[in-house]
Amino acid sequence: MDTPIFLKEQFEKLQAQETSELTGFRQQAFQNLEQYGIPTLKHEEWRYTRVNTLFNKDYEVNNNTGLTWEQLSDNRLPGYQDANELVFVNGVFNPSLSNLLSADLEVLPLNEAAAVYKNIVDTYLGHSADYLKDGINALSSAFVHGGVFIQVKRSKAVEHPVYIYNVAVATDVNVLAQPRSLVYLQQNAQLTITETNITLGSQQSFTNKVMEIVLEQDANLSYYLIQNDSTNASQVSTTHIRHIGTSYSKAVTVSLDGALVRNNLNIILEAPHCESHMYGLSLLSGTTHVDNHTIVDNRQPDCLSNELYKGLFDGNSTGVFNGKIFVQQIAQKTNAFQSNKNILLSDGASVNTKPQLEIFADNVKCSHGCTIGQLDEEALFYLQSRGITENSAKAMLLHGFAIDVLDNITNEAIKKYVDVIISKRLNFDLETI
Amino acid sequence: MLSIKNLHATIDGKEILRGINLDIKPGEVHAIMGPNGAGKSTLANVLTGRPGYEVTEGSVIFNGKELLELAPEERAGEGLFLSFQYPVEIPGLSTTNFVKTAVNEVRKYRGQEPLDAVAFLKLIKEKMALMEINQSLLSRSLNEGFSGGEKKRNEIFQMAMLEPKLAILDETDSGLDIDAIRVVSNGVNKIKSSENAVLAITHYQRLLDYIVPDFVHVLYNGKIVKSGPKELALELEEKGYDFIKAELGELQGA
Repeated sequence: MDTPIFLKEQFEKLQAQETSELTGFRQQAFQNLEQYGIPTLKHEEWRYTRVNTLFNKDYEVNNNTGLTWEQLSDNRLPGYQDANELVFVNGVFNPSLSNLLSADLEVLPLNEAAAVYKNIVDTYLGHSADYLKDGINALSSAFVHGGVFIQVKRSKAVEHPVYIYNVAVATDVNVLAQPRSLVYLQQNAQLTITETNITLGSQQSFTNKVMEIVLEQDANLSYYLIQNDSTNASQVSTTHIRHIGTSYSKAVTVSLDGALVRNNLNIILEAPHCESHMYGLSLLSGTTHVDNHTIVDNRQPDCLSNELYKGLFDGNSTGVFNGKIFVQQIAQKTNAFQSNKNILLSDGASVNTKPQLEIFADNVKCSHGCTIGQLDEEALFYLQSRGITENSAKAMLLHGFAIDVLDNITNEAIKKYVDVIISKRLNFDLETI
Repeated sequence: MLSIKNLHATIDGKEILRGINLDIKPGEVHAIMGPNGAGKSTLANVLTGRPGYEVTEGSVIFNGKELLELAPEERAGEGLFLSFQYPVEIPGLSTTNFVKTAVNEVRKYRGQEPLDAVAFLKLIKEKMALMEINQSLLSRSLNEGFSGGEKKRNEIFQMAMLEPKLAILDETDSGLDIDAIRVVSNGVNKIKSSENAVLAITHYQRLLDYIVPDFVHVLYNGKIVKSGPKELALELEEKGYDFIKAELGELQGA
């Protein structure tokens, strides 16, 4: 579909308002947006997710607004006292709400970094566009403003985790928030990021986030995305992880609530012997729609990637899983595993799952599998035969199904936080164990 | 304790049990033997309430209650236990948490207070020693990645924890080496008392060297066709099930 008028107007406004190293980058991206258009169901990568329907209305873009922590206190992540907290309000980084504890963590406004670290920003900002050729990714780049550059220097391990809050203040108007960040881990650096979304107010919010992460040799990244926003909140969350040296990454995506949610997780393995783990859990009800698109691109030999996505779908919720694995001709001895398991808890819920392997090398180990089913009757009977009531047994099995994914969250405060939410939803009594 | 009268059961419309009669009293060990497809596992499944079976005729009284009218968890509460032939693997549920929940739900059913952490720990340690099970096995997900022997030991460990009145052992020996059979049987024998009973279902006589039955029943074609003392098991092992078939043929011919 064509670029909506309100976007054109607001783009002109932004270009006039802020001139920086990024002006040209935005101009190019806007041309891409005009060329691609907002994707409809006809777009192969968007055939189950009606993102275009979000553009039936106008949004305020980059709408800067005052905010205090009191207004966010209900949504503050546990363990925040020991965390570096970065807050984006309506897509714009807000330094006064943010709180940096670690001296080893460098945080700069993106437009400043574009001058200070020109080489890095020129090389790595916008790389996700090579993999996501659509108007949504271009939309983020066309409006790059108020983003951040996060860097960890060589051999520094940032002890305190980074918590990123993408806040949309939709009290009076519909808001389009586009938080943008570029994360750079130098050699042997370590970082843990937890990211979440918060919508305040009852108007519509649409958060189109792009985070591009670069890992040099021996860098180690853990990334957790917790999605538990309200039902007037939609989001496209793109996390693009580029392993430029032999390095390690782990990503855990937990989707619990929201309106329309699309996650793009791209793992680009550009050095041999990289290791990447991707886990996902969707626990949905109502009419929430969650679409997980993952890409693993093996561009060098001997890399390992392991992917496990699970879904529990209740009510009229819908899930999509699309897992692409590319193994380029040079990427011999690739180990790539993928598994997607889904349980439908109601007649109204549905899920579409599609593994997609494109392998051009001949000496590789790749596996993929997907299941869609109901609760395992045999397991249910096993628990009941030990005296456990049917309802408790069901809750235990569903909780066990989910915990398999959550166990990969090594931040105990975050894991507990998610466990409490899902246990309550599944009527599982955490106190009994 | 258990009284089965003229029990008929079908699965998918096919009749598997064709009139079983069996009485088990406290303190007794009964063995049910028979060729594949005779209905041995079906009997265990019907008694414990596995879905998918339809009882078309007959009754089962357990502790004075109509067993077949109870849900599987109520049967467990009444004191019935099944050691599964193929214990189910359940990812994400630790064996300890599972056993603790089971013990306390059964206690609740019996009108007892739940065990507190200290009492539970004491009980679990005692039973772990009995079954030669270590702590690391119990903290793993239930049966996930357990060896065949570990799974069966875990079954008897659960039996020890739940202290049932009647334990049904469904092919508990199948696939086990002789050492594992010894450990498992040893556990069963230690739990055994004059208050409880065991119904051992097996294809082979070997298990009965360790768990010595008071009565042996031969199940064939959905019926108990022959009952006798423990020597009957040896005779079956020696002559094979064909001798029963031949005997039956003669009987039918007569």
